[in-house]
Amino acid sequence: MEPKTLFDKVWDAHVVEKIDGGPSVLYIDKHLIHEVTSPQAFAGLEARGLKVFRPEKTVATPDHNIPTVNQHLKIEDDLSRNQIETLTANCKKNDITLYGLNHPKNGIVHVVGPELGHTQPGMTMVCGDSHTSTHGAFGAVAFGIGTSEVEMVLATQCILQPKPKKMRITIDGELQKGVTAKDLTLYVIAQLGTGGATGYFVEYAGSAVRNLTMEGRMTVCNMSIEMGARGGMIAPDETTFEYVKGREFAPKGEDWDKAVAKWKELKSDEGAVFDKEYTYKAEDIEPMLTYGTNPGMGTGISGNIPTADEVEASELPTFKKSLEYMGFGLGDKLLGKKVDYVFVGSCTNGRIEDLRMLASLVKGKKKADSVIAWIVPGSKQVEKQAQEEGLVEVLEEAGFELRQPGCSACLAMNDDKIPAGKYSVSTSNRNFEGRQGPGSRTLLASPLTAAAAAVTGVITDPRELF
Amino acid sequence: MPIDKFTVLESTYVPLPIENVDTDQIIPARFLKATSREGFGENLFRDWRFNPDGSANEDFVLNDSKYSGQILVAGKNFGSGSSREHAAWAVHDYGFKVVVSSFFADIFRNNALNNGVLPVVVSPEFLSKVFAAVEADNGQKLVVDLEEQSISLNGEKEEFEINPYKKNCLLNGFDDIDYLLNKKENIEEFEQE
Repeated sequence: MEPKTLFDKVWDAHVVEKIDGGPSVLYIDKHLIHEVTSPQAFAGLEARGLKVFRPEKTVATPDHNIPTVNQHLKIEDDLSRNQIETLTANCKKNDITLYGLNHPKNGIVHVVGPELGHTQPGMTMVCGDSHTSTHGAFGAVAFGIGTSEVEMVLATQCILQPKPKKMRITIDGELQKGVTAKDLTLYVIAQLGTGGATGYFVEYAGSAVRNLTMEGRMTVCNMSIEMGARGGMIAPDETTFEYVKGREFAPKGEDWDKAVAKWKELKSDEGAVFDKEYTYKAEDIEPMLTYGTNPGMGTGISGNIPTADEVEASELPTFKKSLEYMGFGLGDKLLGKKVDYVFVGSCTNGRIEDLRMLASLVKGKKKADSVIAWIVPGSKQVEKQAQEEGLVEVLEEAGFELRQPGCSACLAMNDDKIPAGKYSVSTSNRNFEGRQGPGSRTLLASPLTAAAAAVTGVITDPRELF
Repeated sequence: MPIDKFTVLESTYVPLPIENVDTDQIIPARFLKATSREGFGENLFRDWRFNPDGSANEDFVLNDSKYSGQILVAGKNFGSGSSREHAAWAVHDYGFKVVVSSFFADIFRNNALNNGVLPVVVSPEFLSKVFAAVEADNGQKLVVDLEEQSISLNGEKEEFEINPYKKNCLLNGFDDIDYLLNKKENIEEFEQE
């Protein structure tokens, strides 16, 4: 039999039908929805007089547009409240499980899915959100879709999708102390550029990836879209099984043994062919930081912003426009630049390990007075765990406060907006113009680098603070 | 939602020679609070198009009366970032039927096609000529022929790719849901396996 890639194995097992010269009808095992990209899909369904085809395969949680303070009070903004109430009404009407606001399992959709065991190896998963790639960390084919596609899944549990090409990114070696999964992914994106993996589905491999925890793997797969890839995935192994085992929706007893036996086959066969391959060394990666207005504009923290000579001539006008927005100059050094805000949270870095990293660095130190820090757990469960582990106490002693879960300042749909012109070191995934609020200036980094900025008030190499 | 049929379009065009135009620029997140598909056009490119005080930014191309038309021409990697279909709705609602670039992000491309907006990928050289031509003559037109899969500028023609299924959808105004609903039996059979 011809050797197959991990991606092919999962994709091919879900093809209902392939249209000649066109897309495939792909069956979806798990559909996640939230309040922003689903209302028009439900309205479309209603206009056609249809019911949700397989309501038990869809799970809902509001996250993008919820407040991160006083969640028990009525949401003041009419439009936001309406969006969240619409999600509630749509779920109720269609028998869809909803982890609503204030529900003990509410949280960011890509944090909730894995922590409840909805996310499992070998699944196809979609959500009207590009960071659905997160779930690929479990060896699932998971990708973001538009609202018309959400409607397709609600109506038929299927989606029409052209099969992407395959890319493998191998990172061998050992990450240095102070270098995290976030740095690994920002490094890869800086190498490939923001469109470098467009048209591809990525498999991450190599010893550095294998040695990551599940949460680290989720951070890496989460950011796949930032180099244009539809999704990223990692072959499941003991680390994966250990994480999934015992979670609410994970298979139990005999079913568990059967599932693991099946999941163990989910890896790329020896000799499987990828359309493109890249290989990097973990030792070459230092804490990373972005300086521009797309996630590909990143460098090691000790590095400089490229000079005009180092940028391709055709790209220089866009590059300069980006630096102008950021208030930076060609060739500038990043260390020592002033920081106004620090945001720790999002589907990229809002999990318990991220809060542990933050706490480990700020313990016994104080937040700089000049910095406003927003620490936003990815879910109610993460919030609870942070309290139980004493992390909240450590953070409070250092002058930090925990807000309530949600997407928050990652996309600034709610009131968590960085003011115009202010610099934010953020553990989120996008540094686009205005992403964290009109005129905001975002520098993407790991929780450790964010913590270092929060206690010093300037861009600081976290390795100097251990 | 049935989409508009697309066959041939001859139109003047609006140049946006910026690379990596992401979906947060096309429609910022704070305008995603609506629960319907309509009205996003007024916030298309909101933060480039309007100053912080709400007045029009005269330097932005959509506010420049020299340029108009149903075709938007943008730098490479148009539509990167979020999966928000609101970006495609905004482009459509503003009145664009075609977006031309040398490279599109995947999800935006799918979303555009699902809303009857045709993404046309051209070579970087052709794109440069298109930008130059409209600078020289603001009334310059492009002709996009879907049946023939071609785009022409002053008689210079370039072919573009589109998968036959999607081409057929656009030519006839079909959408994917109609197709999938007809496959319900096959889907149920698949579930049994």
